[in-house]
Amino acid sequence: MTENGIGAAVRRKEDHRFITGQGQYTDDINRPNQLYAHIIRSPLPHARIRGIELKAALDMPGVVAVLTGKDMVDDGIGGLPCGWGVNNKDGSPMTEPGHPPLAADTVRYVGDQVAVVLADKRSIARDAAELVDIDYEELPAAASLSAASAEAAPAVWEEAPDNVCFDWEIGDAAATDEAFASAAHVSSIDIVNSRLIPNAIEPRVAIGEYDSGRDEYTLYTTSQNPHVIRMLMGAFVLSIPEHKLRIIAPDVGGGFGSKICHYAEEAIVTWASKRVNRPVKWTADRSESFMSDAHGRDHISHAELALSKDGDFLGLRVRTKANLGAYLSTFGPAVPTYLYATLLAGTYKTPAIYCEVKGMFTHSVPVDSYRGAGRPEACYLLERLVDRAARETGIDPLEIRRRNFIPRDGFPYQTPVLLEYDSGDYHACLDKCLELADYKGFEKRRAESAERGKLRGVGLSTYIEACGIAPSNVAGALGARAGLYESGTIRVNPTGSVTVLTGSHSHGQGHETTFAQLVTEALGVDFDNVDVVHGDTGKIPFGMGTYGSRSLAVGGMALMAALEKIKTKSRKIAAHLLEASEDDVEFVDGQLRVAGTDRTVSFGDVALAAYVPHNYPLDVLEPGLDETAFYDPKNWTFPAGCHICEVEIDPDTGVVEIDRFTAADDFGRIINPMIVEGQVHGGLTQGIGQALYEQCVYDDSGQLLTGSYMDYCMPKADNLPNFEVTTNTTLCTHNVLGVKGCGEAGTIGSTPAVINAVVDALSELGVNDVPIPATPERVWDAIRTAAHNRAVSA
Amino acid sequence: MYEFQYHRPASIDEAKKILADNDEAIILAGGMTMLPTMKLRLARPSDLVDLSAIDSLRGIRKDGKTIEIGAMTPHADVAGSSVVQSEIPALADLAGMIGDAQVRNRGTIGGSLSNSDPAADYPAAVLGLNAVIKTDTREIAADDFFKDLFETALGPNEIIQAVRFPKPKRAAYAKFPNPASRYAVVGVMIAETTDGIRAAVTGAGPCAFRATEIEAALAKDFSATALDGLTFDAGDLNDDLHASPEYRAHLVIVMAKRAVAAASV
Ligand SMILES: Cc1cc2nc3c(=O)[nH]c(=O)nc-3n(C[C@H](O)[C@H](O)[C@H](O)COP(=O)(O)OP(=O)(O)OC[C@H]3O[C@@H](n4cnc5c(N)ncnc54)[C@H](O)[C@@H]3O)c2cc1C
Repeated sequence: MTENGIGAAVRRKEDHRFITGQGQYTDDINRPNQLYAHIIRSPLPHARIRGIELKAALDMPGVVAVLTGKDMVDDGIGGLPCGWGVNNKDGSPMTEPGHPPLAADTVRYVGDQVAVVLADKRSIARDAAELVDIDYEELPAAASLSAASAEAAPAVWEEAPDNVCFDWEIGDAAATDEAFASAAHVSSIDIVNSRLIPNAIEPRVAIGEYDSGRDEYTLYTTSQNPHVIRMLMGAFVLSIPEHKLRIIAPDVGGGFGSKICHYAEEAIVTWASKRVNRPVKWTADRSESFMSDAHGRDHISHAELALSKDGDFLGLRVRTKANLGAYLSTFGPAVPTYLYATLLAGTYKTPAIYCEVKGMFTHSVPVDSYRGAGRPEACYLLERLVDRAARETGIDPLEIRRRNFIPRDGFPYQTPVLLEYDSGDYHACLDKCLELADYKGFEKRRAESAERGKLRGVGLSTYIEACGIAPSNVAGALGARAGLYESGTIRVNPTGSVTVLTGSHSHGQGHETTFAQLVTEALGVDFDNVDVVHGDTGKIPFGMGTYGSRSLAVGGMALMAALEKIKTKSRKIAAHLLEASEDDVEFVDGQLRVAGTDRTVSFGDVALAAYVPHNYPLDVLEPGLDETAFYDPKNWTFPAGCHICEVEIDPDTGVVEIDRFTAADDFGRIINPMIVEGQVHGGLTQGIGQALYEQCVYDDSGQLLTGSYMDYCMPKADNLPNFEVTTNTTLCTHNVLGVKGCGEAGTIGSTPAVINAVVDALSELGVNDVPIPATPERVWDAIRTAAHNRAVSA
Repeated sequence: MYEFQYHRPASIDEAKKILADNDEAIILAGGMTMLPTMKLRLARPSDLVDLSAIDSLRGIRKDGKTIEIGAMTPHADVAGSSVVQSEIPALADLAGMIGDAQVRNRGTIGGSLSNSDPAADYPAAVLGLNAVIKTDTREIAADDFFKDLFETALGPNEIIQAVRFPKPKRAAYAKFPNPASRYAVVGVMIAETTDGIRAAVTGAGPCAFRATEIEAALAKDFSATALDGLTFDAGDLNDDLHASPEYRAHLVIVMAKRAVAAASV
């Protein structure tokens, strides 16, 4: 290991600018002569727009224009596209209604965009917006899954009268039924996976700028994937060819999936900037973020597990309804299908699995990826069900898992639900986690808590996840409407410093550091002489962006491939300079050496020769040292691990306190352990947030009740214990570094560990389930109900 | 926000004049409620009358057996005051439980009481400790001050100048914070005063109120066990996302017991 190479806990390069307030976020950008946009949003969950009266607003000094959905229709603007098509059981395609950036005749959720006011000042735009008189004909609405699937529920779309977007299945139904027929025991569970609002610390911002001289557009936006936005917005919405459209996503303050989607506001400001021939800037306020950023999760499921008399899992059957919101967001349909049900095998060798998923339209914000995207839903369901099976059969929760784990020598392992796991050691992760958590000491701690009148419980989850959707042709066959490769460029500058261009995007993950470590390790170039550039379609050849923990496993591998090309070319140049055969030249610590001799040339001198090719094999080699590679992964990667949570519950109030939380994760090879630990901490916090605090609530009329931090409860620092985290590595077998990914694992494994602990603490009182989030009142209510039931049955 | 005029008068008289001259003028104290309300465009004052330059409104004075706190004194000053900590520790504790450090450095006792948020903490202190609210025109007993949801006995443009707290024999405050906002879902101040036992509840109803059944039980026996088996009627209690009336009723008793236990040590 070199000082700043692979495996070193190097401090993050980017933190200097972030900590000193010099980050450049989209809202920090201001363009000369820009206008401010205020989006007028529907206050109603469902209504027909009978008319819009603009005059009073247009008369206000400082107002330049007020544009509506009708203006968009007149300009031939297209709808926001959906990036993943899912088929019904009978092979027919899902119902795919349009998604106009500004609603022209009907609004379908509170927050739906209706019109945009453009003014010289933000405050004027807002004042004028109140003068726009919109005549709504209110219609009945159904914002929740239960409301939308009720009989005679109001339909979100005429073309889906029962609100079903798709009715999809995976797995072998007949084989699963057979497994259940032969089962000694069947455990079942009803799960509500609560709806979440991602809450990136930076609200969304978009600035559109049109250059009439060149007929070119630039969009500055808070995106995790600028090239994807260019493709979607250019090709489907605004009909702008790629060479005329530049997307810049500079420093981005957190995304968690919510900044993958192509949003209406991006199209609105870009389109409007040409209409008024001035730059147009829109910045969401926090209230807008709550009602317009794509939401996450929101499933209702029923699951059954068939077991043999010894506790072997024989079959798993799952029925899920997933809320898609009012419109199909960019990857909305993929999340509750291919990113969810394919993970239902978990870490277990269950031979037969069948899952059916109904994707439902509701009068609510579109639902899309949120950290983990589908995998937390699968893991939560499975790990709650496995714990319940353990309780019902009287088998220890550790034993039932160990018994059913895919064995160490069982890889590659083909699951019954599409995926083929390449590597893992679930026993080792479990053992390491138990050790670190002092699992053996639990009973003693439980007794100590009891002395203080508190109920202590321990819960675990042994999760799996899948990162870096791949390969592109397989994803395409499953409905992806894009490739899932990544590009990377290694640009060695004449004096030997390196500029890295990556199609991945960093919005908190620390790519500028991790990727620089790869370069330092490969070329021996000083860490400070490597800079990573991302987030600009005008600079980066191409990119699919960052989500699904893919940056290192896909983007990093593109860089590794480009580095390999650089090394090959460098050896050729060095061979010429050293008058040796190319085959004899080796790369050692930033030097190129003729093997077995002390004849060397430095990498810096090779770079200089490439750009000042006076002594250079010009007849056989191009000058320059700048290589690009595209990498399409052969398979997904499969991080896995074990999380153990210990809670203490105050039975008088129902308050759950997390006393200990331990994680042992297998992320494959680790490039920067400090960054990985940070990713785990953040992930755990979000998973704990879902377990105990966060919940998006719509009332029966379709109004969003949790529209601010007064009501939407984020996990706070004082809610969390000091996390104990460690790793246990098995290498990924199909990429050159053996890396897997670590961005989402914390979120995936932690929620069930917390709830299993809560249920464990309350089990002696007769409680066998507590919904998420396990708020104090819900826990108190579970205790009270169990006491009541005991009294009745006594 | 809508546009408004900003004033920072140096005296109460000047403040009163601006308020009298402008129908839609509003007092600004710490702004912790006022400013978010304006940002959300739920309030549209023509003029804001910032009291922060009126020095006489800020500070903590001990006067015999009472502590007088100026209306513009921020929560952090009360929480950190050695006088309050030694004379009425329950009051310092309560102030230290309000919001977060930023809120405690900006928010004031006068603003909190005038606003009478159903989930605010100070109303429980004022009512439980039998304080007197001094305005520019009169003195209002705590029992007469809180009227309803965001409604107090204050007249239009009446300015709170100070709050006078008599020193109790013993007192303690127990709070069950809302996990999201950290306001009180239920907060109970229990005090043994020269006039008897007082139990004031905030968070549970439309405004702070006294729980007479708790007071009666504690008058007989000032101990947590005296409240065993006592149930609180959920009938008129608040119902929202964070807690049902039944849960609030339950918490009233639990918090009362904790306050009694804390006051007894
Ligand atoms: C994030 C957050 C968390 C909070 N948590 C808590 C909590 O846990 N517990 C709690 O009790 N409170 C809490 N608060 C409220 C806060 O502590 C303040 O007490 C409250 O916002 C009002 O005080 P202020 O000084 O900021 O008043 P302002 O917001 O300036 O004014 C509030 C109202 O009172 C009027 N007013 C102000 N001063 C006077 C006066 N002297 N005479 C007459 N009228 C006056 C104003 O006109 C206005 O109508 C929280 C606030 C925030 C923002």
